[in-house]
Order: sequence, then C-alpha cells, then structure tokens
Amino acid sequence: MNNTYYNPEDLKKFGNVSEFQKELADKFFSYYGEVFKEGELSAKEKALIALAVAHTIQCPYCIDAYTEGSIEHGATEGQMMEAVHVATAIRGGASLVHGVQMMNKVKEITM
Amino acid sequence: MKTLKATNHPIADYSHQVAILEEGTEVSNIPKFADKLEAIGLYPLKPTGFDVFQVNVGKMCNQTCAHCHVDAGPDRKEIMTRETMQTCLEVIREHDFKTVDLTGGAPEMNPDFRWFVEEIKKLGRHVMVRCNLTIILANPKFHDLPEFFKKHNVEIVSSLPFYNAQRTDRQRGNGVFDKSIKALQMLNAAGYGKEGSGLVLNLVYNPSGAFLPASQTQLEADFKQALMKDYGIEFNSLFAITNLPISRFLDYLIKSGNYESYMEKLVNAFNPSAAAGVMCRNTLSIGWDGYIYDCDFNQMLDLKIDSPGAHHIGNFDSQAIGKRKIVTGNHCYGCTAGAGSSCGGATT
Repeated sequence: MNNTYYNPEDLKKFGNVSEFQKELADKFFSYYGEVFKEGELSAKEKALIALAVAHTIQCPYCIDAYTEGSIEHGATEGQMMEAVHVATAIRGGASLVHGVQMMNKVKEITM
Repeated sequence: MKTLKATNHPIADYSHQVAILEEGTEVSNIPKFADKLEAIGLYPLKPTGFDVFQVNVGKMCNQTCAHCHVDAGPDRKEIMTRETMQTCLEVIREHDFKTVDLTGGAPEMNPDFRWFVEEIKKLGRHVMVRCNLTIILANPKFHDLPEFFKKHNVEIVSSLPFYNAQRTDRQRGNGVFDKSIKALQMLNAAGYGKEGSGLVLNLVYNPSGAFLPASQTQLEADFKQALMKDYGIEFNSLFAITNLPISRFLDYLIKSGNYESYMEKLVNAFNPSAAAGVMCRNTLSIGWDGYIYDCDFNQMLDLKIDSPGAHHIGNFDSQAIGKRKIVTGNHCYGCTAGAGSSCGGATT
C-alpha cells in the first residue's frame, strides 16, 4: 500500500485499467487517441486546452502529462501560464457570477 | 562554462558513457537496441549507399552549449589539419558523395575552413555548413562569412532551439539568442532564406530539456510565424532533432534525475520506419583526426566503423566500408524515436 494517494509512477499504469474492464477501457483509449489527433485544432492547441482543464480538475497526473505535452508541441512558458490563468478566470468567475444570485436574494428579502 | 574534458569529468571518458548506456544504471533496464533491430529484421544494420560525407573539422567552438554531444568549447584544441583535409578531398573526388556536410565545434574556427570549402566546391559537390550563428559576430574576421557562404552557394544549417531568448539562452548560453537573431538578419540581408535566391538557410530545433520534439511541421510553422513577426527573419526549413543521450546531454540527464525516464521515452517511441531510415545508412562521418565513423554521435563515443584496416581516411576502402556492419548502441534510440531524427531532421 502506498503511503500517498498519488504516485507519479501510476500514470504509466493508466492502461492497466483494462485489466478489470477491457471493453470500456479499449473504447475510452481509442476515443482518447482520436480526440488528441491533429484536427481543426492543432495538437499544440489541444495540449494547452488539456493543460488548462488539468488545472481546473486539479489532476496531478494530467498536469504532469500536459505540461510535458505542451512543451513538446512547442508551447512557451508564457502560453502555458496563460492557459492556467484562463482556467483560473473561469473557475473564479464561476464563483463570482453566483454573486448575482446572492444579490438577487438579498434584494428579495430586504427592504 | 568549461567543457567536460577540461574539468576531467568522468563522462568525458567515452567508455564510461558507453558503459552507462549499455549497462544502464541501478534503476534502469533498457532493452538492447540491437534486439529491437533484430525483431524488425534490421540487424545487423547495413549501409544503403554513400550520399553524405560529413566532416567534423574540429571541436573548438566559441560556445559551450549545455546539451552539446561533442563537448565542444573554446578550450578544445582538436582541429583537422590541412593534410587530413587534403586526404578527405581525394576520397570525395574518387567517390560519389553528393553532399559534404561540415560540422564541429564551430567549423569556421578551423584556420583552413575557407580553403576546404573552396576545394570541395571545385569538385562540384554540394556543401552544407553547420554554423552556430554567433560565430559570425564573434570576431571581425568572421563578419564576412555570409558573403563567403553566398559566393560558394553553401547551404547553412543553424541551431536555434527556440524562438525566444529564455529557452535558447538556457541551452546555448546567455546572450546567444540576441546574437543569433543578428546573425540571421545578416544572412537574410545576403539573400539567405529568401524565396527565389537559391541560398538555403535551414534551422535546427532541438528540445531544451528532457523531452522529445513534436511535429516538425507544426514547429516550423510556429518558428516561421514568430521569427517573422518579431524580427522579420525568413528561413527555408526547420529540422527537428532529438537530443541523443551522450556527452553533456547525458550529464544533464543524470544530474537532473531524468536519465531513466528519458531513455524510457525513447524506447517507448521506437519507430521501425524511423529505424529503417537512419542517417548512418547513407552517411560517413570523419573525425578531426581522420578516423571514420558511422555518424557524428558514434564519433563522440569513439565507436569507429567496423571495418578493420579501413577505418581511417588514409586507407579508405569503399568496398569494405560498403559491406560493413553499422555500429549501434542504446544511444541510437535517439534516432529511431517518434518521427525519427537525423542531421536533416525527421526521417519519416
């Protein structure tokens, strides 16, 4: 038993999830591979989106994987940090926009 | 920064590097490259022809890049003599090499460099020079290099690991990016990289760390856009090259704790098509002292061609060399990963 919930070595074992349910794992990995292929978005743009999402969901495996992926695809440090700020802005904005709901309620129940 | 050799670093010893690569470290267990070739029917690896005659005219360089596979630098004194160059010219004259690829160090620092270029051109061969760019600004005697290159229609191949100073300088030294940009502008002014000029200027991207290069096409598009927008610079093609785990890059990998994971990446990315197209099959690499190697990387590991009695330019034997078994090792995973890697970039 590991003494930590997250072990970087476990990322390499991602494919092993098929051990318990092969059919669904195969479908997932096939889909995953298709998603990250060069399409109307470039592989670099997809890596930067994945990096931003990784920070939003705070997945350490994904942060490692898409930091490396973004650098490999030629992203600059500035582009990568801007992607993190996009995630932060949406996440922070999602809280802040609920301030409108709070204000609505305040106005509803106060004179 | 001093070279590994000047500091008597253990990795300056070729056999020590080979031992690390072949025997692994305490935690790594790398499958033998020869076994990988065997599994796809390519072992022993054999040559396909004589196309490129690559000459390393010396290890002296005005830069000391952190990843350099040559361990080149200002303190390296190994320089090819005119006598050895003369022997090379005789071999070039008598054989069907289409291209002569001059490398170093900074090849321009060899006092006989210009003479050598002129003599090769007299033989009607295409000449490529691996110019580190900053040499053009290093000393007034080099300022006219763009005009010299133009006069002899030499193809220029220059390293620029990234289109910003931060990542370039981290790999190649402080101030290198700004000087490289000035040198590229001088080459553009001479017509290099300009459409219709016939003067070819290619750039080399190699990752500034323990990661592999992505799509050469995408990187080339990014470089072209950024260099044009920020500096008005044009160039022909970008070659994406994988760093091989030897010399200073090997030292970096070990010191930074990235050696095992980097080797794992290279092994996992092994591509049989790239293996079939490795540059050592149609290239010969000549060292500053005239010894012959299958490639510049083998040269830096002192792995001479497997052609006993004919492994020096002084006793060049095209028949024996044409039948040789190419010397391979685990460093070769660098040339077979992903889209493949060669001195001309991706191979697939």
